[in-house]
Amino acid sequence: MHHWIIVPVVLPAIMGAFTLLVLRTTLDLARVFSTAATVALLGVSVMLLHGATVNGPEVYFLGDWPAPFGIVLVLDRLSALMVVLTAFLALVVQLYAIGTGWDRNGRHFHALWQFQLMGVCGAFLTGDAFNLFVFFEVLLIASYGLMIHGGGRDRLKAGVQYVAYNLLGSTLFLFALATIYSVTGTLNMADLAAKLPGLPEGDFALIRAAGVMLLMVFAIKGALVPLHFWLPATYAEAPGPVAALFAVMTKVGAYAVIRCYTLFFPEDLPATGLLFADLLLPAALITLFVGAFGVMGARNLGRVAAFAAITSMGTLFTAVAQFTPEATAAALYYAVHSTLAGGALFLIADLVISRRGTGTLTEALPPLPQNGLLAAFFMASAIATAGMPPLSGFLGKLLILDATRGPDMAIVWGAILMSSFLVILGFSRAGSTLFWKSQGTPGDLPTHPAQPLAFAAVGGLLAALAVWTIAAGPATGWLEQTARMLHDPDAYIAANKLGAE
Amino acid sequence: MEILVASAVGLMTAVGIYLILRLRSFPVIVGLALLSYACNAFIFASGRIVTGLPPILSKTAAGYTDPLPQALVLTAIVISFGMTAVIVMMALGAFLESGDDRIDLAEDDK
Repeated sequence: MHHWIIVPVVLPAIMGAFTLLVLRTTLDLARVFSTAATVALLGVSVMLLHGATVNGPEVYFLGDWPAPFGIVLVLDRLSALMVVLTAFLALVVQLYAIGTGWDRNGRHFHALWQFQLMGVCGAFLTGDAFNLFVFFEVLLIASYGLMIHGGGRDRLKAGVQYVAYNLLGSTLFLFALATIYSVTGTLNMADLAAKLPGLPEGDFALIRAAGVMLLMVFAIKGALVPLHFWLPATYAEAPGPVAALFAVMTKVGAYAVIRCYTLFFPEDLPATGLLFADLLLPAALITLFVGAFGVMGARNLGRVAAFAAITSMGTLFTAVAQFTPEATAAALYYAVHSTLAGGALFLIADLVISRRGTGTLTEALPPLPQNGLLAAFFMASAIATAGMPPLSGFLGKLLILDATRGPDMAIVWGAILMSSFLVILGFSRAGSTLFWKSQGTPGDLPTHPAQPLAFAAVGGLLAALAVWTIAAGPATGWLEQTARMLHDPDAYIAANKLGAE
Repeated sequence: MEILVASAVGLMTAVGIYLILRLRSFPVIVGLALLSYACNAFIFASGRIVTGLPPILSKTAAGYTDPLPQALVLTAIVISFGMTAVIVMMALGAFLESGDDRIDLAEDDK
């Protein structure tokens, strides 16, 4: 057992507290320390990813208490991949926030940012269902602060909605966990996987109810219809860099579904069987269309980006809901892509809105300074998000279509292709209003600083998408191996050393 | 005893959800608080309801109650207390900025 596994949780926690207590008055120092911490986090997480690939699942026993009595952190390929993704996105978006001066618009941006990273990394690494709840709350409470960063009437109102919705979700989470505990007597995920198959038949109804409540909690996090209502207002009103970081928060929901419903609620469990797949797939298909119609109908650039995030979650959950190794591998490839593409889209939307002064798409305004570069960025991220060649969105959707066989094939293929078409239409409309139908001369807009660092950050995200496209061959090979291990979790359970005492 | 706890949990949940649907920030916050009380009582019950038994080792005890739900409920209480404080502050901020305490967004922002 090595101690590196806990570093992605402890490092941001210490840095968050340090920034809050020592660096609260000097923004420059806070920027330096916070960026250095995120770089270190990225380095450690890449090392962990390498370790998980070579050594298989590893367990960190907190306080050296044996599982299932103590809390465990589990590092496997999936959790390591998600931590690397989080650290990379956070680093790029943080540079964007520094480059645009967003972190100057309110207090404690960098402290909240580090606490946010602590919660997200913890949620990915934990191997205990109640600890997952705790890390959800950590990431949520930091996100409440980031969401209303900079203040303003609409942002605060959207923030109250967001908090109320997520508090409801947390309550549901606790009800689900208490029900699971009352039936099985454990909340360690590996122990649940070992105990649930032997459940007496009288407890089937309770565990089904608990499983569905848990699924609803993750669906709230992953913005699955009909539990997506918090997302459009939150993402559209949140500061641009915060919305870009939230692109990985919806993936926490998808991650939790993949983790829990392959590990301890698999399809061959007698108590639940196909129940979750049957609920998840229709919801995911409807999510696709709600998002696509939202992209087409939105009158505001922020909303376009928010509904595009909903569509990509629909695509992701369509793959997850099949619960086969091929579809899970496709889902993971698409999850990485949609995190990067979603982040880039929110940053570009923020660049455009800050230069135009408004995000409205209903009226034409003078052409923007740096119009050509912004239009090229918007075009690239729209292509990636809609899933057109040559970027990784196309490959991701192709993998998902390819993995979909059997009776659902016709409806899934139809839904994904139709919704992609609608998203392309919506993006073309938004792009032509923003960049082509300009009226007036460029001088009519107030001058705006050039912000090279912000442009470099957006370019970095788009470059990462290009790398993810080029590396698709080795990446899918690695992800297929990961998905096989997820669907056959013996190594994960064995790493917990249950009953080894 | 079971009927009392179960109906208390059910009643608090029902009242909590009714209040959350009121769309004004004060009832919504009270509703969320009631829901978290219901939740805490429910977590207690998940360790089975017993009376007068200790949760930790004791030479004279006839039996034990499950100590883990008590630890879980403590965590849940702390978190829900903190969250309630956060939403009170944010609702107050939204009220002072916009002049009304409606939870839903204004018509011109949709």
